[in-house]
Amino acid sequence: MATSESIITRPPQPGIVVWLKKNLFSNWLNTLLTVFSVTVIFLTARGLVNWIFVQADWAPVVQNLRLYAVGPYPAEQMWRVWVIVYMVSAMMGISAAKWGGTVLAFARALGVAYLLLALLPIALEYLGINTRLMLAGNLLAILAGYLAGSRLERRNRLKARWVLLAWLASFGLTILLLGGFQNVAVLPRVESGQWGGLMLTFLLATVGIVASFPIGVLLALGRQSKLPVVKAMCITFIEVVRGVPLVTILFMTSILLPLFLPDTLRIDRVLRAMLGMTLFAAAYMAENVRGGLQSISRGQYEAAHAMGLNNFQTTLLIILPQALRVVIPAIVGQFIALFMDTTLAIIIGLLELLAVGSAILNSNPQWLLLDMEVYAFIALIFWVFTYSMAYASRKVEQAVGLGIR
Amino acid sequence: MDSHLPRFLYRKGVPVWRDVVVLKWVAQIVSAVLVIAFIYFLISNLLEAAEARGLGLGYGFLKTAAGFPMAESVIPYDPSRSFGYALWAGFLNTIKVSIVGIFLATILGLIAALARLSTNWLVRNIAGVYVNIIRNIPLLVQLFIWYFGIFQQLPGVNQALSLPGPVYLSQRGLYMVGMLPTGTFSEWLPFLLGGLVLSWLAYRLLLAYQVRSGRATYPALVGLILLIGLPSVGWLIASAPPLEKSVPVLGNFNFSGGMRLTPELAALLAGLVVYTGAFIAEVIRGGILSVSKGQIEAAKAMGLSSIQTLRLVTLPLALRVIIPPLISQYLNLTKNSSLAVAIGFVDMFFVGRTIINQAGQALPVFILIMAIYLSISLFTSLILNFYNRRVQLVER
Repeated sequence: MATSESIITRPPQPGIVVWLKKNLFSNWLNTLLTVFSVTVIFLTARGLVNWIFVQADWAPVVQNLRLYAVGPYPAEQMWRVWVIVYMVSAMMGISAAKWGGTVLAFARALGVAYLLLALLPIALEYLGINTRLMLAGNLLAILAGYLAGSRLERRNRLKARWVLLAWLASFGLTILLLGGFQNVAVLPRVESGQWGGLMLTFLLATVGIVASFPIGVLLALGRQSKLPVVKAMCITFIEVVRGVPLVTILFMTSILLPLFLPDTLRIDRVLRAMLGMTLFAAAYMAENVRGGLQSISRGQYEAAHAMGLNNFQTTLLIILPQALRVVIPAIVGQFIALFMDTTLAIIIGLLELLAVGSAILNSNPQWLLLDMEVYAFIALIFWVFTYSMAYASRKVEQAVGLGIR
Repeated sequence: MDSHLPRFLYRKGVPVWRDVVVLKWVAQIVSAVLVIAFIYFLISNLLEAAEARGLGLGYGFLKTAAGFPMAESVIPYDPSRSFGYALWAGFLNTIKVSIVGIFLATILGLIAALARLSTNWLVRNIAGVYVNIIRNIPLLVQLFIWYFGIFQQLPGVNQALSLPGPVYLSQRGLYMVGMLPTGTFSEWLPFLLGGLVLSWLAYRLLLAYQVRSGRATYPALVGLILLIGLPSVGWLIASAPPLEKSVPVLGNFNFSGGMRLTPELAALLAGLVVYTGAFIAEVIRGGILSVSKGQIEAAKAMGLSSIQTLRLVTLPLALRVIIPPLISQYLNLTKNSSLAVAIGFVDMFFVGRTIINQAGQALPVFILIMAIYLSISLFTSLILNFYNRRVQLVER
């Protein structure tokens, strides 16, 4: 990179007047458009500022922050959620030490985000000093993870596969910790009906993507297979699931599934929704992975066979590792889409973020007409998460050089 | 070779447990048996549950009276009609929303795409902000904002907001000027359809002749004249105008006349159009950017004018890239219209859910609805495959 920088001398930056003339006033039509745009921007900005700071009543938002975060999860069990949040923060720190670059930038941004949350200009009675301290403490968790991680990394003891395994383990731990156990006094059972808010939204999306990954890979391999029966079954599943709206699949698993299972086997509501999300995501995952598989050149298969590997070994050791690396951006994109699709769980009666908002509006007659405030807030939360994820993924793509040949 | 084993365990000298052909068949049979066993397990449970709870599994219920009202319908509907008819009305509502939505979303997407490609910095960035905001907020949240945040908060009929047009916005929905068919409409319809068919035919035939003979036949001009001319002739010879302008007028309690969109339909359309428009904008922009500069320069070098370059070089090349993802966006819009259930618009999914609540026929209704959505999407991919095969670049 350094060499090309030194060879290409950049042309001098044009002055501001030249820039304005070129980009805004190059001809009469452009000038007209500029004037029109400035008017639109001005009116929109004035209306927005007026609405946000003067007209809007943010009471249903600021007074219920905990509900948006975790839904009806019992207050005395909140420490479990905090443990999970800290665990994720520490893992972010360790990953930042392992991979650096964009992951490090992401961890840094996460720390700043926690700090900003802790300093939100909201009355102390709605966002207490304890909560603020707990939020800010995540900064320390990230830092601790980072320091521990870089110590190990310097001694070359931090293997990438261990970090990935730790992520998977922390995911399992999250489910166990949130659910608790029937007869353990320290961790009493919290029925999944009491999970809600942003926490449930994240859980649904994460479970969907993690569980759909192995299924999707198998389906993609099945679709590429030369065995007609296997191929036909895989194609049928993928095309049927992709051909119908997600709502119908969620309805299917939440209402019809109990009919298909023996009376002794009862699956609770959140799990049924997760099953629906997983089936849905698996079909799309399969198509993404198929894209990756198709990008592998024939030479790779031939070379593997020439080395004496059988079909199974070729797929597992040669093809999949290369194919999966190619589809990482697509999988991130799918996670973002799935994250947004979790809102559909409101239709089958789950208390995810959007449903919490609607429940809050109905809980107090004084908030009856404040729909705009609540849903705008929810839209903002989604936008911040999805946009930052998409942004980070784009940066990773550029850094790895995928997509650019 | 293990000669002590019986002969039928060998084929061409290879033992069966190492014979690839045999192994492949075994693998297929085993996986098929596993899947069939799983399906059998599910269905036997279903039959047991159906018998225990007295659930019906047939489609006989489709003929019984529905008994529930529908807020709006393309075809005349009342509660005494059958469940099957109600589902049909719901299907037509889905189709109506999809067609209108696709039409409007394409226009919005095209405008946004052109704005994103504009040389004007402000216009480019306004369009960019629109695309990046809308694509990163879940559609359902947007529908909630449109319906609960905007359309439900509108003033009552008497204080309806009036926009130029005239268009009136109130809690009862959106009223605007409509063209209503009169008694002579059925006489005029053949002229309209004839104009459409004939202009298309004339265009294709004249174009083919022009390509074959090299003589200018003006296919576009002739087609356009036929398209406008025939319906105009029909309009003139009809005894009374076949369409009548109808303007909404505020009465004592409600508007009369004009065309009405219910708040549910208006919110659903607004949400779907704004959301899908952002995706379509990206599709169109990508397609136009995909045309390499060399092609345009070559066209210029051949002496084509800029309009000819656009029509004969840029558009055909860009459309090849645009059409497949565009059609899948149309399909997405159709599938997403099922979110109507959350804001109370009676589409097919909404009707299906109502039928399940009323008649308890969950499984048959669901199979029917999924089959309909599936056939829509299979039909779409059929068209898409056909198109792809037609426009595929013939590479050397």
